[in-house]
Amino acid sequence: MDTSEDILQQASPGLIPGAGTARAAKVTRLSPSFISWLQAGPMMLVFLAFFLIPLVFVVIVSFWDYNEYQLLPAFSGRGYTDTFEGCIAQLPDLCTIAKTYLKTLKLCFLVWVITLFIGFWVAYFLAFHVKSKTWQMGLSLLCTIPFWTSNVIRMIAWIPLLGRNGLVNSGLVKSGLINHPLEWLLFSEFSVVLALVHLFTFFMVVPIFNSMVRIDKSLIEAAYDAGATGFQTLVNVIIPLAKPGIVIGSIFVITIVMGDFITIGVMGGQQIAAAGKIIETRVNALQFPAAAANAVILLIITFLIITMMSRIVDIKKEL
Amino acid sequence: MTETTRKTGVSRRTLLKSTAGLAGLAAGSGAITGFPYVKSAETKVLRYLGTAVNEGDDISKQCLKDTGIKIEYITATTDDVTKRVMTQPNSFDVLDTEYFSLKKIVPSGNILALDARKIKEFDNITPVFTKGETPGGKKIGGQGTAPWKVLYLEGKDSKKFATSATEFVTLIPTVYNADTLGIRPDLIKRPISSWAELLNPEFKGKASILNIPSIGIMDAAMVVEATGKYKYADKGNMTKEEIDLTMKVMTEAKKAGQFRAFWKDFNESVNLMASGETVIQSMWSPAVTKVRSMGIACTFQPLKEGYRSWASGFCVSKGVSGAKLEWAYEFVNWFLSGYAGAYLNRQGYYSAVLSTAKAHMEPYEWAYWMEGKAAEKDIKAPDGSLLEKAGTVRDGGSYEDRMGGVACWNAVMDENDYMVRKWNEFIAA
Repeated sequence: MDTSEDILQQASPGLIPGAGTARAAKVTRLSPSFISWLQAGPMMLVFLAFFLIPLVFVVIVSFWDYNEYQLLPAFSGRGYTDTFEGCIAQLPDLCTIAKTYLKTLKLCFLVWVITLFIGFWVAYFLAFHVKSKTWQMGLSLLCTIPFWTSNVIRMIAWIPLLGRNGLVNSGLVKSGLINHPLEWLLFSEFSVVLALVHLFTFFMVVPIFNSMVRIDKSLIEAAYDAGATGFQTLVNVIIPLAKPGIVIGSIFVITIVMGDFITIGVMGGQQIAAAGKIIETRVNALQFPAAAANAVILLIITFLIITMMSRIVDIKKEL
Repeated sequence: MTETTRKTGVSRRTLLKSTAGLAGLAAGSGAITGFPYVKSAETKVLRYLGTAVNEGDDISKQCLKDTGIKIEYITATTDDVTKRVMTQPNSFDVLDTEYFSLKKIVPSGNILALDARKIKEFDNITPVFTKGETPGGKKIGGQGTAPWKVLYLEGKDSKKFATSATEFVTLIPTVYNADTLGIRPDLIKRPISSWAELLNPEFKGKASILNIPSIGIMDAAMVVEATGKYKYADKGNMTKEEIDLTMKVMTEAKKAGQFRAFWKDFNESVNLMASGETVIQSMWSPAVTKVRSMGIACTFQPLKEGYRSWASGFCVSKGVSGAKLEWAYEFVNWFLSGYAGAYLNRQGYYSAVLSTAKAHMEPYEWAYWMEGKAAEKDIKAPDGSLLEKAGTVRDGGSYEDRMGGVACWNAVMDENDYMVRKWNEFIAA
């Protein structure tokens, strides 16, 4: 999430120069580079204190040993070797960690594709079809509705809808479309993806919308004048210019889903493995070094994905 | 947005939260500890860390009225309570926890054993805790972390459990119960009498167990033993091979689609059962009561292999001393003096001192909850809502029958680390 804070700051560059000039006018003797450091300072300190230092601790602890009730500060790779237990011995069967990550990546990919598709079109509608600023604002706020309830209540609310005797099943049975209730509607990968999409499409909509409203309308007119079809304009003008938004939204969604275990747990009936779940189980068993090792692995994998994505689009340049 | 951010933050950074972050917090709260008592000697405040089981508002209100001690509840899940004792021993005064976590908590040295001689009712505590038998003399199954194995310490600061009675008590007993499977008799429509039924293909896609490894594995072991596949020397302390075998049976069932969902939280278990998503699952007594109070048939089914039991009690943080320690004794003594015991009994749990609880209950209530007799009048919950109509009999019958039928206790195994890994594998399968 800290990457995203960084990006958010970059995504609204308008704020920073404004603040800069105001301050520069008062303290004229300070060098501009000093002022920049001063401005970035608070954020950097917060970053250092609440992200970097704790992260270093996590990495250190991941190489410690442990027993039932305490951390033993002696170098040990046990957290890691335990995690990859059986990965070679069990071949060709997959070991727990490989299975877990494959499942997490699969869910992550599905959620990413679907939120991107829906998010893109919602943002497109908001940016190009809704003319008034007030309506744009109002409709964007509507997207936050899924966040108005607590996680637990939201999860419990799916049972009457998707459950065996839920609204959807009883509707389908009554209409004669099916004879038996569909079991896969709830506590399945389907329900996990559904819930995650329901929650996180918003994180796609906002950055993509932000990119789209900044597209110069005259570019679209120019494309039209040059004889481009609607589709050509979309592919050659709008999508390339909305790319930073798409990448930022994707980073949001992917980092959140990779670490999620609450939604996956509740919607998957606790029967679907998630990378975050392994960490939780370890922490609950007071096996902190093993949990830390898993956290480091998760961090590395998530980081790799994000690096790959930012290779495709240089966000800094595009902004 | 904040909510989600926080959520993912937890999953990836739980560790830093529990180590570095909490170290700071612990220091902070440590500084606060002595504070109110310097300021005014009259406000007696105890910070009470525990699960929701004992933490009724009525209990704290009555306690304030009777003793002038103000109880501040710190509520957490069983796992989080233990975590907190380990990482922030100064953040609470009184600890209410389960006996099985003692195997972790006692060696950490973060708790203070209480002196049995200062507990007025100590000699009246049910022999379930002290001797491993019911008041009627029935021997109770001792597999797992049975309370009488870990009730006493060898000395005041000892980290070793004593084999015979000493005055240093790890946890002053408060509440316990015998757990079994909950079923929906209206949907199953036939008698259920064995733990083996949990894996019966008849209930494919309609069964559930707990996703709390230390408790779930015990239920799994009861099932495996009931199917006749294996007989454990001690279900509560399996060897690696036994863990492998147990998880193999459960994994096969999971792959065959036996389980609808696993549950972790009280309300989840209630919802699964009430909505008919599951018809047979491991369950806790008040959850069954809650389903029933919704007007849905649900039975806490006694089974021939016996019950899986748990028990909890009080101790104090090692940081507690002086006047505060005296308040803690005062509070524990009050807790055992009857009001709280009756309150717990009325929820379907059992209180540690039966005589005082009995004095605080109506004879018809006692007859229903403890003697297994048909209710003479409507049975009401502590908050006055209707639990059972007159004429009903408690599932499993009397205290003697239920506690006498206990086969094993919640446990922390020697191979706990291996078990947790295997449990993760089971979830991923």
